[in-house]
Amino acid sequence: MSLYLFRRLNLLIFTLFMLALASFGLAWLFPGDYLTNLSGIHFDSPEQRELFATIYRENEGILWQFSAYLEMLWQGQWGQSFSSGQPLNKEILTTIPASIELSAYALVISLFVGIPLGFIAGLKHNKLTDYGILSFSLVGYSIPVFWLALLLILVLSLQLGWFPISGRISLLYDIPPQTGFILVDILSSGLPYKWDAFVDALEHMVLPTLSISIVTSTIILRITRRSVIEVMSSEYIKAATAKGLNRYQVILRHGIRNTIIPIMPQLALQFTTLLTNAMIVESIFSWPGIGNWLLQAIYQGDYPAIRAGMLAVSSLVVIFTVFIDIIHKIIDPRRLYRQRVKI
Amino acid sequence: MKNNFKRSYILVLSFSLSLLTACSKNQEIQFKSEGLVYCSEGSPTSFNPQLDTSGTTVDASSHQLYDRLLEFDPEDSQIIPGIAESWRVSNNGLVYTFQLRKRVSFHETPYFQPSRYLNADDVIFSINRWRLESHPYHDVDVSDYPYFVSLGLDKLIKDVRRINGYRIEIELNKPDSSFLANLATDFAIILSKEYAEQLLATNQPQLLDERPIGSGPFSFVSYRKDRYIRFARHQQYWKHDQTIAQLIYDITPSSSLRLAKLMTGECDVMSLPAHSELDIIRDRENLSLDEKPGLNVGFWAFNTSKPPFDNPEVRRALAMGIDKSSILEAVYFDSAVKANGLIPPSSWAYQSDLRDNSYNPVLARDLLRANGIEPGFTMNIWAMPIERAYNPNAIMMAELIQGYLEQLEINVEIISFEWSLFRRRLDSGAHDSVLIGWSADNGDPDNFYRPVLSCAAIESGTNRAKWCNETFDEIIDEALTYSDPETRAALYQTANAIIADQIPLVPIAHAYRFQAYRNNVHNLVINPFGGIRFGDVVIAQ
Repeated sequence: MSLYLFRRLNLLIFTLFMLALASFGLAWLFPGDYLTNLSGIHFDSPEQRELFATIYRENEGILWQFSAYLEMLWQGQWGQSFSSGQPLNKEILTTIPASIELSAYALVISLFVGIPLGFIAGLKHNKLTDYGILSFSLVGYSIPVFWLALLLILVLSLQLGWFPISGRISLLYDIPPQTGFILVDILSSGLPYKWDAFVDALEHMVLPTLSISIVTSTIILRITRRSVIEVMSSEYIKAATAKGLNRYQVILRHGIRNTIIPIMPQLALQFTTLLTNAMIVESIFSWPGIGNWLLQAIYQGDYPAIRAGMLAVSSLVVIFTVFIDIIHKIIDPRRLYRQRVKI
Repeated sequence: MKNNFKRSYILVLSFSLSLLTACSKNQEIQFKSEGLVYCSEGSPTSFNPQLDTSGTTVDASSHQLYDRLLEFDPEDSQIIPGIAESWRVSNNGLVYTFQLRKRVSFHETPYFQPSRYLNADDVIFSINRWRLESHPYHDVDVSDYPYFVSLGLDKLIKDVRRINGYRIEIELNKPDSSFLANLATDFAIILSKEYAEQLLATNQPQLLDERPIGSGPFSFVSYRKDRYIRFARHQQYWKHDQTIAQLIYDITPSSSLRLAKLMTGECDVMSLPAHSELDIIRDRENLSLDEKPGLNVGFWAFNTSKPPFDNPEVRRALAMGIDKSSILEAVYFDSAVKANGLIPPSSWAYQSDLRDNSYNPVLARDLLRANGIEPGFTMNIWAMPIERAYNPNAIMMAELIQGYLEQLEINVEIISFEWSLFRRRLDSGAHDSVLIGWSADNGDPDNFYRPVLSCAAIESGTNRAKWCNETFDEIIDEALTYSDPETRAALYQTANAIIADQIPLVPIAHAYRFQAYRNNVHNLVINPFGGIRFGDVVIAQ
């Protein structure tokens, strides 16, 4: 176990190191001055540039430069944005929670929809219900998420006027940001219009959550269905049925648990898929998350922001994946090497 | 057994859905009425319109935060009292005396608590800021007060005197019939001297323009660039206490997104609806669209300081090479009138018989060759990245012109980037030609000629053609010394003739102004001169 843990952590550190190296390389590859791309400061005078050259060890070997860069990253000095002039780590820390929040709610919805549907399809294996659900999932799986988002806006907002289409909350509510998670912030704010604001935030959440959770629901549905079919055709289910348990008891006592546990990590890992989808959807719904922020950075040629934003997002995904891996290992130590999931 | 599953599934599903859609529409409506959301098109550069002539800055500051000595009645464009209750002009037209309104309070905010009412000191402070280089606030911002400098107002005023706490006197160097109109523009705002002194004492004078204090209907709350501006009702507003509780600018650069937000009710009012989308607004029952001929002109200016555009014949040839009528149809969707000169038809100085260069590519090509422009000549057209009332889509217009000039065997490079950088580079004169325009700030025709084409306006950055003609300057100066419209109109016709002969720019269109809002918004009037006003707006339940 400790060997496994060590290997995972080793992998984590190595991957993060490579990511840092790649982002360091970006500063060289982007047009313009390398120091400006790293610090986000347009130097007014040669003296000022000289000062930063010392900080970033520009006049020493490339290895020293990289080590200086790592040191700055570690200290939280990620440079500042060209367009806003704000420190990047502060900007990223305010935008990432919005993306995580969106992905997390979408994951919850997907689990609520995907797992029950997957169960029904698996239990009705090769019957009309199964085919029905499968074809529905195929449609959901094939729809590009940005197109779905636009369709939802067109029908549910512009035609029917049910839901708002932009942002996290109506600007009429002034919610002081604390954690960056809007629902938490609202509930902890103590404002008189707290509940109205909460409802308003929920309304804003519907369309973005829906558009990214439909794709994920279908993936979860397929994973669950596959697992149910496997479990239900196994020997111990047959034995349980032979013992005289009815179908309901068999599923409840032996089916559900054995179906869910092996697919847990796959389900949790959908979070990373969600996060990437969320980044696309954010720009459509003007959601103030990291995806939208990165897109703006690209549009405005804000090189330090692109560099730091990419690093932050990829690190988040890597850390999350390794973390899930380790958790699963602790819960279910049987499988040292997880077989890949089939969809 | 099967049913159990179905039941539990339906339960779970309906629970999760109810969580999402649990919304009480009634409460929502009640809450929205406590504020107004305006979808604006961009971020202001500061909150002081003295510093910037851009419409975005004016919209976000002038009529919301500040008052002026005089105002324009948006209905009939007459000058009406503002902070000045009454005024008197001396017989020789040189001395103006203003009696100020009493008991006008400045905003009370967490960062400033006024100890006195607005008085003569504040007015003198505000005028002297742009007028006197020795003023402690003159150099606080890098701006050189483009509006006042382009009109030469800083040179025009000889002295501003305090008679008593509520009476001031302004003496001019020479009579100027447009002076009162200039004091009523969006730019001639009144700042708080007490606040300015407090900031000087704490050594942060730049906050005067970033964290503003005025006496207008709304006070400033907070601002996030490219996101929003929050204003709150000014409780002690002198005019009335009907002001809406909060006003929020939702900064949304894309016009289709602004329209979508207006349709879903996320905005109550939107700025600059795209001309292609006007019919969508007209078709919606819960939206209103107001329309008024605008006092503006969109034009194609040549950088006359740069060869070969310093040659009037080359400019004439290029002007003849484009077909304005089809540009009007494609870019303005016919909600504009073709411009022959700078002055739009709604002004008294409009010259209806002004001749225009007609579209004639054959003649244009001959003229170009005769002036040494060979086939394959490359020039650039700078196109504004944002929509303005006078030009809803400069990039599309540039592409159309590109097509026309291709027929003259001229290659056109279209250049467009972020708006504030765009204007900075224009000031440095890097362009060959530019598609831009001018919206009048007051009803006086001088407000077209002077900022757009006078020599002084090169310095202040509003003369995009960088064209300086002394005869033209003398004529428009002379026009100001007369107060009867007929004599002035005759002088402006001479000025028109010079423009038609020299063609520093090609006037293209006078666009209509539109305002789109939801039906529950009342008393929102299109201001023919510049900035939007929310002070008198009420929202119906």
